[in-house]
Amino acid sequence: MSKRVLIIEDEPNIIEAISFILSRDGWHVDSHSNGHDAVSVVRARAPDLVILDVMLPGRSGYEILTDLRAQPETQDLPVLMLTARGQARDRELAERAGASRFMTKPFSNADVIEALNALVAR
Amino acid sequence: MATLNILIAVCLAYVAMLFAVAFMAERAALRGRGNWLRSPWIYTLSLSIYCTAWTFYGAVGYAARSGLEFLTIYLGPTLVMVGWWWALRKMVRIGRTQRITSVADLISSRYGKSGVLAVCVTLLAVVGITPYISLQLQSVTLSFSSFAVSDVEGAELIATYDTALWVAVGLALFTILFGTRNLDANERHHGVVMAIAVEAVVKLFALIAVGVFVVWGLAGGIGPMMERIEASQIGQWQVDGGRWVGLTLLSAAAFLTLPRMFQVLVVENEDEGHLRTAAWAFPTYLMLMSLFVVPIAVMGLELMPPGSNPDQFVLTVPLSQGRDGLAMLSFLGGFSSATSMVIVAAIALATMVSNHIVMPIFLRLTQGGASGPSDVRHVVILARRLSIGVVLALGYLYYKVSGGGTALAAIGLVSFAGLAQLLPAMIGGIFWRGATRNGALAGLLIGFAIWAWSLLLPQFGGGALSPAVMEQGPWGIAWLRPEAMFGIEGVDPLLHAALWSLSLNAIVFVVVSLISFPSPLERLQGAQFVNIFEHSSNPQSWSGGIAQSEDLMIMAQRILGPAEAQSFFQTEAARQGLAGYLPEPTPDFLARLERELSGAVGGATAHAMVAQIMGAATVSVEDLLAVADETAQMMEYSSQLEAKSSELTRTARQLRAANEKLTQLSVQKDAFLSQISHELRTPMTSIRAFSEILRDAEGLQSKDLTRYASIIHAEAIRLTRLLDDLLDLSVLENGQVSLNIREGLLSDVISHSIAATGTDMHALRVRRVGPASEVMLNTDLDRLAQVFINLIANAQKYCDADRPELTIEVNRRGGRIIVDFIDNGSGIPPEAQSMVFEKFYRVADRQAGGAGLGLAICREIMARLGGTLGYLPGQGGGAFRVSLPAAKRMAAR
Repeated sequence: MSKRVLIIEDEPNIIEAISFILSRDGWHVDSHSNGHDAVSVVRARAPDLVILDVMLPGRSGYEILTDLRAQPETQDLPVLMLTARGQARDRELAERAGASRFMTKPFSNADVIEALNALVAR
Repeated sequence: MATLNILIAVCLAYVAMLFAVAFMAERAALRGRGNWLRSPWIYTLSLSIYCTAWTFYGAVGYAARSGLEFLTIYLGPTLVMVGWWWALRKMVRIGRTQRITSVADLISSRYGKSGVLAVCVTLLAVVGITPYISLQLQSVTLSFSSFAVSDVEGAELIATYDTALWVAVGLALFTILFGTRNLDANERHHGVVMAIAVEAVVKLFALIAVGVFVVWGLAGGIGPMMERIEASQIGQWQVDGGRWVGLTLLSAAAFLTLPRMFQVLVVENEDEGHLRTAAWAFPTYLMLMSLFVVPIAVMGLELMPPGSNPDQFVLTVPLSQGRDGLAMLSFLGGFSSATSMVIVAAIALATMVSNHIVMPIFLRLTQGGASGPSDVRHVVILARRLSIGVVLALGYLYYKVSGGGTALAAIGLVSFAGLAQLLPAMIGGIFWRGATRNGALAGLLIGFAIWAWSLLLPQFGGGALSPAVMEQGPWGIAWLRPEAMFGIEGVDPLLHAALWSLSLNAIVFVVVSLISFPSPLERLQGAQFVNIFEHSSNPQSWSGGIAQSEDLMIMAQRILGPAEAQSFFQTEAARQGLAGYLPEPTPDFLARLERELSGAVGGATAHAMVAQIMGAATVSVEDLLAVADETAQMMEYSSQLEAKSSELTRTARQLRAANEKLTQLSVQKDAFLSQISHELRTPMTSIRAFSEILRDAEGLQSKDLTRYASIIHAEAIRLTRLLDDLLDLSVLENGQVSLNIREGLLSDVISHSIAATGTDMHALRVRRVGPASEVMLNTDLDRLAQVFINLIANAQKYCDADRPELTIEVNRRGGRIIVDFIDNGSGIPPEAQSMVFEKFYRVADRQAGGAGLGLAICREIMARLGGTLGYLPGQGGGAFRVSLPAAKRMAAR
């Protein structure tokens, strides 16, 4: 049974690239591009893992993550945070919000797959 | 002999009587019962020393020789008293507040307490008054001899003994006894003033008595008298306008400057209010004195043998009629006139000589080493006595040298002209702040020199100036001839001298004052003299009481604090042998209190405060200036502190603002870098991800290959564009952009922009409206096109209408060209309208390729082109307005 991953990201090209490499790796990939309803989408689709961008239209990734961690169903959900702003402060904010893993764009495809596999293996 | 003996006896009795009056007045004043001494009537009568023997005897002689001209001598003082009442009041006020003791003191005080000036004025006064004193000696001597004519033995006696000498010695002794019995700080002589008042009554009574005798006893009434006057040569006398005016002015000037007049007018003045009475009473006195002058002169000319001295008519007319009693009264009147003048003049001159010449020399010789105050006092009295002796000796000498033959009035006028030299310095000093010591000194010296040369020296006849000098001038210099100076000839010698000396004196005084700078002390004194009324009230004597002690204590408590003030007052009271807290306000105590207070508030302020409470003492300008000085220093100090503290506050505020700005800038910079990082990393992420996919080539289908390659290509272009925009913005913001200004048609720019955006292939329809699109521009056409392209592209990207349409409308408004870009979409929400021009701002929920720099760049470009770019709300859709200045030249077509 393949693991289901939900990509929350507003850049279509990035969704397409991640979808391709994860599908190739045997993941079931789903995506969403809006921050507003991201929390309810997560709860509705109940993925095994979430890839969350920080800068989203409507709501920031930190807020979404904080909300997810506040709810029992999603409080242990593995979340990989992606950000294009690779400063130390961003990593700190991500960890405080409860990110399982933090990666800076641009990333290497291999690193993403490795990270995801590590997260679901726990 | 009997007559002469009686005469001498009467004189001595008269003098004894005067002495008694003076003595009693002094005693009364000492015991504080002398209120009647301080009456305005006494003051007015004391002013009558203006009327000397010259007036008593000389006026009749003058009238007999020159008709009504004698009136000018009365007219001058009358004009001063009536018309210049306020000027006199000013002088009296100055004299009292400044404790002025003489004319010399007044002038030297005004010009910075100048010693040189004091000596000059004193010398001038001594020289000027000497003829005047000799005049008195001459008249008394004459009156003695007039009596002695009928007495052979007496005549021999007169011939044997030098009457004038005896008169001089007698008067000197008399003056010394009267005037230097004690020393008063204010130089007041109650006894002398009282004696003079008595003498004033005697001489007026005597003259009127003789007059009444002449008119009713000899002429037979007023009517016949008038007829006689008409018939006499006085009736035919003509007014010499120049002399008349000149003499009036001269006598007015002398009235102010004569030392003896200053003595009674100012120094002996008890109350300024007395001037009010004297202003009318003294002219009345003068009028009474002159009432019978003409009748006596006319009758004298009629009755007396030709060649007899008209100066003695007052005496000789009654004598010739066998009226010995009346003659005796007349003699006493003349004697009174002479003695009162000599006494006061000698006192005034002696004060000046001792204060300004003898004492400074004495103090310099002893290096101020007099063993005690009583020692100095002794020296002062001795100096005064010697001075009186010297003054009278000089008068006697002048009498001997001038020969004693001159008319009394002529001698008097010489004195008047001499003393009038003080007028410019005096009047200028109290009315003109610009007057300076150098001006006063120069004016005085030149005036004095001309007076001495042209009037005083010729008086001595051939003894002083040879006929040659009189005729040809000294060393043959014609324009220096004493009686025709500067080539002006044929003028009356007196007028000639007075005119030249006074006018040159005044001119030199004014000119030198204008070009010389006064010392600080002079400025201060000048201000105090000129503005005397603004700074002083009529001073009263100090009469301290316990009530004032209480006020002093209240004040001291405020300044020193209750505990310290109370213990100080208690100690002071104990020192005076009093129980409790309130000592008598003795000068000693006041001085110590001032010292105590000055520790807290400064010396000047302390003095002013004590003086204020003591009420009587006026706060002088000097005090006020010193207070102002202290206050100014304190204020300056505190304002310096204030300035410093406000400067610190300002600096702190500036630092805070700068810090805030830096923080803000830093935050902005962080945000900007973060934004740039995000904008750069996003396309890079796609490029890297897809390029890795392509590299690995695993599971790739051919259609994916092409697609992913084109995504990489598009993202690379996006990245390039972003970098271009960033650089562009940076250049525009720094103002380093170089513009390529060209001429071109607005419509061409718009067409080119539409073509560049490739709208033909998109759904957006572009509509061009406006009559003014054939407008010639003179600007950077490429940059303008960049703005237009951006706006059209935005419409392409963001217009959300079903059938998107963009209207480009051109209008001219004023000197500007307006280009509106209005689409039919939903527009930009109001809260975002102001944000769209910010860097990296993107309206939420819009998917668009731009980095959010386009509008920021456009706005910068428009600013560089001298135009504006703004959002235009209320157009039903997204609407941007470009406004730019019109070119000077319009389309030629």
